[in-house]
Amino acid sequence: MNYFPDEVIEHVFDFVTSQKDRNAVSLVCKSWYKIERLSRQSVFIGNCYAISPERVIGRFPGLKSLTLKGKPHFADFNLLPYDWGGWVYPWVEALAKSRVGLEELRLKRMVVSDDCLELLSRSFVNFKSLVLVSCEGFTTDGLAAIAANCRYLRELDLQEIEVDDNRGQWISCFPDSCTSLVSLNFSCLKGEINLTALERLVARSPNLKSLRLNRAVPLDTLQKLLMRAPQLVDLGIGSFVYDPSSEAYIKLKATLVKCKSIRSLSGFLEVVPCCLSAIHPVCQNLTSLNLSYAPGIHGNELIKLIRFCRKLERLWILDSIGDRGLGVVAFTCKELQELRVFPSGVDNAAVTEEGLVAISAGCPKLHSLLYFCQQMTNAALITVAKNNSNFTRFRLCILDREKPDPVTMQPLDEGFGAIVQSCKRLRRLSLSGLLTDQVFLYIGMYAEQLEMLSIAFAGNSDKGMLYVLNGCKKLRKLEIRDSPFGNTALLTDVGKYETMRSLWMSSCEVTLGGCQTLAKKMPRLNVEIINEDDQMEFSLDDRQKVGKMYLYRTLVGPRKDAPDFVWTL
Amino acid sequence: MEALGLNMGFEETELRLGLPGNRVRSEGEGSRKRGFSETVDLKLNLSSKDTSEKVKSFQKEKHPLPRATDPPAKPPAKTQVVGWPPVRSFRKNMLGVVQKSSGEESDMAGGNNAAFVKVSMDGAPYLRKVDLRMYNTYKDLYDALGKMFSSFTIGNCGSQGMKDFMNESKLMDLLNGSDYVPTYEDKDGDWMLVGDVPWGMFVESCKRLRIVKGTEAIGLGKYLLTKVFIGRAPRAMEKCKNRR
Repeated sequence: MNYFPDEVIEHVFDFVTSQKDRNAVSLVCKSWYKIERLSRQSVFIGNCYAISPERVIGRFPGLKSLTLKGKPHFADFNLLPYDWGGWVYPWVEALAKSRVGLEELRLKRMVVSDDCLELLSRSFVNFKSLVLVSCEGFTTDGLAAIAANCRYLRELDLQEIEVDDNRGQWISCFPDSCTSLVSLNFSCLKGEINLTALERLVARSPNLKSLRLNRAVPLDTLQKLLMRAPQLVDLGIGSFVYDPSSEAYIKLKATLVKCKSIRSLSGFLEVVPCCLSAIHPVCQNLTSLNLSYAPGIHGNELIKLIRFCRKLERLWILDSIGDRGLGVVAFTCKELQELRVFPSGVDNAAVTEEGLVAISAGCPKLHSLLYFCQQMTNAALITVAKNNSNFTRFRLCILDREKPDPVTMQPLDEGFGAIVQSCKRLRRLSLSGLLTDQVFLYIGMYAEQLEMLSIAFAGNSDKGMLYVLNGCKKLRKLEIRDSPFGNTALLTDVGKYETMRSLWMSSCEVTLGGCQTLAKKMPRLNVEIINEDDQMEFSLDDRQKVGKMYLYRTLVGPRKDAPDFVWTL
Repeated sequence: MEALGLNMGFEETELRLGLPGNRVRSEGEGSRKRGFSETVDLKLNLSSKDTSEKVKSFQKEKHPLPRATDPPAKPPAKTQVVGWPPVRSFRKNMLGVVQKSSGEESDMAGGNNAAFVKVSMDGAPYLRKVDLRMYNTYKDLYDALGKMFSSFTIGNCGSQGMKDFMNESKLMDLLNGSDYVPTYEDKDGDWMLVGDVPWGMFVESCKRLRIVKGTEAIGLGKYLLTKVFIGRAPRAMEKCKNRR
């Protein structure tokens, strides 16, 4: 390959798009490393503290798209104190100082301030795409800056964010010259929105393909927006409250029939739980449906809706659908690939093992599952494993902690064991229910492709954790809470952690001494102890159990922005 | 609150989020009031930012283990735990807000939302609030109202109320003698009889509910709806009798 000029090699590399592949390519030889790094446009950083912005920019000066993840996954469930970290400002600042022509920034679980958004909006002329998932720290003022200053903005996508809504006129800040919008998602905003400005924005965005509205957008505005944007592919409905005899509703029904491109539907943040017939024509072409924020759609109305969705590939739903509703899904949605069933918190609404078995029997293409349920049996899991060996993601959450198989009163070791044995391509697994060390033996033995494992209230002894660490060669992320794993498990194979992105252990049996030993042996790991009480300050006793430990590999040593309650050992 | 405690044993199966001592009260105005607000919180507030812990236990505790030997009233023994079940706060808060869709918000928006409405009943010492979107039909609504207010149809709380309750003939007078008619105030400020319009339209236009004693509802016409409504109470009476 050294006979080819660099430009040719670079051209070949253009076809290598996955980061994993490009990383591999860069390891072949110095020449390839150089060509690859200069031509790399898209960089994914799974842990923002594993590397510094300066080094990323130094290596990839042609960077156009940056994806960053901050807090560990368990931060989603309030296990991490608010100020732990994950600030993105230093990254934006470093990028702004350099000559990187940033066009796209995608952040997950990071803290984004208004100042940061302001800086971002002013620093990169060609900035096109901002996607924020589960982030925090900004208000609609920051959004106003993005709207006003990013002249070629294509994508503004806010997912699952609590934004401090100053009820400002941020949507009016898009200049009249902004006509490039392709995707706009503000469904998580709680406040009012200037409807006229929104209508005008949509009217001048001929490329708009994805529009997700918040609950402040009423039905008649929705109808006007759809009239302006019949080419929409992805629609998130805010408010769907109407009087069936009203002109607005009749108009909407007619307009929806014309929107033949809609393939993805979500929202219904406010809905009158009676007639959704206006939506039925749209259902026939849907490949993605997210009703997980629509508790108002349930019972027979929900089932009627599902019956129209024969092409559905992705379904996010609340457990109010019940086993019966899941039976309808199994019967109707033969193309289903991803199913997520969330808890609605409503009495008698939960699903059980029956629903899951029905789905596994009826939906042969299903490979990704998130299932919150009231109970699960080994027999059901074994049946699911027999029906379907395609799972790449299998996350089961039995709402009652440590609940055994209600029929046999046995732990669910055999059931999960069957899943890992059958699903050879399994990459992500979350466990729940009553579980002993045995399930970890199975996971270590069979889950060869497993990359992420979530454990809660499971196992009997260090052996459990050791089975996993020894067996799962591709493990990248391991998160454990409230399980009896201690120092022996932690310290047996310290080198393992440099092959992984991170390890989280909270309310386990590891002690301060164990963590210190680990930190000493492995200088390229940051071993963080997160103290919420002041206990540990006063007793630096090695034998003290650690409340929360988060360790991750890093090339840049202990982070400088750690707050007082985080000790990096 | 004694009256609520007698309410068809319903309160027994409702799991409380407060400390164990706060459950059934048997005396006093003060304690009764506290019991009431607890019940309101339990039924109608799914979530709020400050009480995300409560919500987690609420979601978990709502599914007691299905053991046949357990009396239905017994709550699970597990303690509340941070972060379980593992649901993002954003989702919990959204579902809470979406289901609640607070009356305050709709007032400000002046929009079509008709979620939480106040419900008053003639003779009841205080009002209740219901989220109309929790129900799909008029019958569902009547069932819920019946459960909420049957304690009042039975009689006053406290020892005098108990005596009345035990006096069956007096109770039957109370139930059959006077009709209770559900009425509502619509967007235009007019008082209407519940049940005339399709459910969806009613939800959208209803601003508040008032359960009126039949003698006062003559202007609206005596309605067979009361049969459905009062039909709740005799069962309630029986259940309460059994509990005694």
